[in-house]
Amino acid sequence: MIKQSNVKNNIIQINQVNKTYLVGEQPLHALKDIQLSITQGEYISLMGPSGSGKSTLLNMIGLLDRPDSGEYKLLNQHTESLTEEQRAILRREHIGFVFQAFHLIPRLTASENVELPLMLSGISPKIRREKAKKILTELGLEQHLNQLPRQLSGGQLQRVGIARALITEPKILLADEPTGNLDQTSGQEVTDILERYNDTGITLIVVTHDQRLGNRAKRKLSMLDGEIIKDTCSVPSSFDKKNSNETC
Amino acid sequence: MRLADHWLFSYQALVRHRLRSLMILIAIAMGVSSVLLLTSIGEGARLFIEQEFSALGTKMLVVLPGKKETTGGSPPIYGTSPRDLTIEDAQALKRISTISHVAPIIAGTASVSNLAVSRDIIIIGTNRDMFSVRNLKLQQGKMLPHSSETRANQVCVLGAKLAKELFQNSSPIGQWLRIGEYRYRVIGLLEQRGESLGLDLRDMAIIPVRSAQMLFNSPALYRILLQLKQTEFESNTIKSVNNNVAKRHDGEADITIVSQDSMISAFNKILIGVTASIGAIAAISLVVAGILIMNVSYIAVSQRQQEIGLLKSLGASAKEVHRIFIISSVVLTSFGTFAGLLFSYFLVFIVQYNFPDIPIAIPWWSTLAAILMAFILAILFSWLPANKAASTDPILALRGEQ
Repeated sequence: MIKQSNVKNNIIQINQVNKTYLVGEQPLHALKDIQLSITQGEYISLMGPSGSGKSTLLNMIGLLDRPDSGEYKLLNQHTESLTEEQRAILRREHIGFVFQAFHLIPRLTASENVELPLMLSGISPKIRREKAKKILTELGLEQHLNQLPRQLSGGQLQRVGIARALITEPKILLADEPTGNLDQTSGQEVTDILERYNDTGITLIVVTHDQRLGNRAKRKLSMLDGEIIKDTCSVPSSFDKKNSNETC
Repeated sequence: MRLADHWLFSYQALVRHRLRSLMILIAIAMGVSSVLLLTSIGEGARLFIEQEFSALGTKMLVVLPGKKETTGGSPPIYGTSPRDLTIEDAQALKRISTISHVAPIIAGTASVSNLAVSRDIIIIGTNRDMFSVRNLKLQQGKMLPHSSETRANQVCVLGAKLAKELFQNSSPIGQWLRIGEYRYRVIGLLEQRGESLGLDLRDMAIIPVRSAQMLFNSPALYRILLQLKQTEFESNTIKSVNNNVAKRHDGEADITIVSQDSMISAFNKILIGVTASIGAIAAISLVVAGILIMNVSYIAVSQRQQEIGLLKSLGASAKEVHRIFIISSVVLTSFGTFAGLLFSYFLVFIVQYNFPDIPIAIPWWSTLAAILMAFILAILFSWLPANKAASTDPILALRGEQ
């Protein structure tokens, strides 16, 4: 009974997923029989050397890539047979991306960049401007709403990036090396923000090289050659014991 | 994505990338105007010749010596015949009741001089009828005498340009000048007028046909111009002229008669050819501009590759990415085309205003073709690279990799 309810609670359920790329003439097995379940609200770090398949896995979870075989259920919904259009809708409603290089559109102001996902979903300008203002204020950027990216510092840029990922109120936040381009202080700031939102119930998956950042996660996945070789839980005193046993 | 947001997004992409947008805009505008201006020159040439023909009136026939088959094709301007047309032949044609005027023409070049000033020009030997057939007007003096066909009077009528060159600003009437071996007295001065049927009447001297016979030492006429009393008489008159000449030329009507209608239609064929080839040049220039547009938008889309990856990861489908880039392209092409149209029509207007003699006009079909081709090429060449970028793995696109 426990197992069934567990499956039901899984926000992400990946079964036997394989992905192969052709690199030149050589097939590269980027993902090998990946088996992974993630429940709502988890804080996961994904580590491994480059080429270990962690970015591929992140893309797969973010519906940017399709598996060659196996199944991927997002919010109990099979994604393999969805059209590109349906995947795009699912992506913009439930998934937020945070990038290492921020990827803000240079010609748009901070506020316009944050509004972009809502613009794509067809929300009216007035509502999305208010939402963007609210979330940017939460992240301490109320002074910079109408500034262009080139006028902002690295830490500020990443906060705008996080605001953009969060404005659709997604269930899952995918961060690819979010602190990779930042100095120590800004990196710490960004990590704090991400963890703060994780505390409000957003599932947070962070891909990182940074051992210190990775170790802050409650669940740590290590990948090597397309396989998850380690799946460990550190259980801080405050962490719900029962929940952790089910997921790890 | 809402339509208004599509426009807003395109607008921001264009206005906040000023240099890039300006370059594409100029490329499109140049392409459109090159098409319009080139075709307007061709159209202008066609109108110009049409105008010249209508200035002649519609009641003219041209009789050329020599017989040629004229089953289609352009009219033979020069025929060859063992028997020349003579002044007597021309006089005989006067008896045909449907003909009002007969102007025999002898043409040749000779040097004209007044004191130290000398010019080699075309001399037209003809009679008084020439003035009504070709609708020549005098600004000073009088026409050739009635006796032009019988007596070699030493008188001449000068074109305006020639008179100015020989006599500067003093009045040429009554002055003497030398044509070839003979001295002639100037009795008339033609009105300033443009070129007509390839004859620049401003730079010519007209003398009595008998005098020309003497001057060139030949009785052969270059051609005879006939004016009909009414246009409907044309086919009858052609028959009568043929019979008349046959009677005088041992039963053989060895002449070619060209009516003005046949000349106009033949010239139109040539002109349509001219206009079409200018249109082809224009089309090539538009293709060149199209390739320019393709390159610029290809680079633009490559620069925006990260943006495409980003839009996709934020939840835009490939279809929406296409729409975003096509709307950008449509906006830019609209402005570029409009600028090109404005520029061309303005330039043509300036020319028309300042040089009313030059009948330049932009034909409607080239406007349509230019607009259509600009839009088709711009959209196609924006769609192709956008399509490529949209089908690229967004994560790779985000990293700026192909």
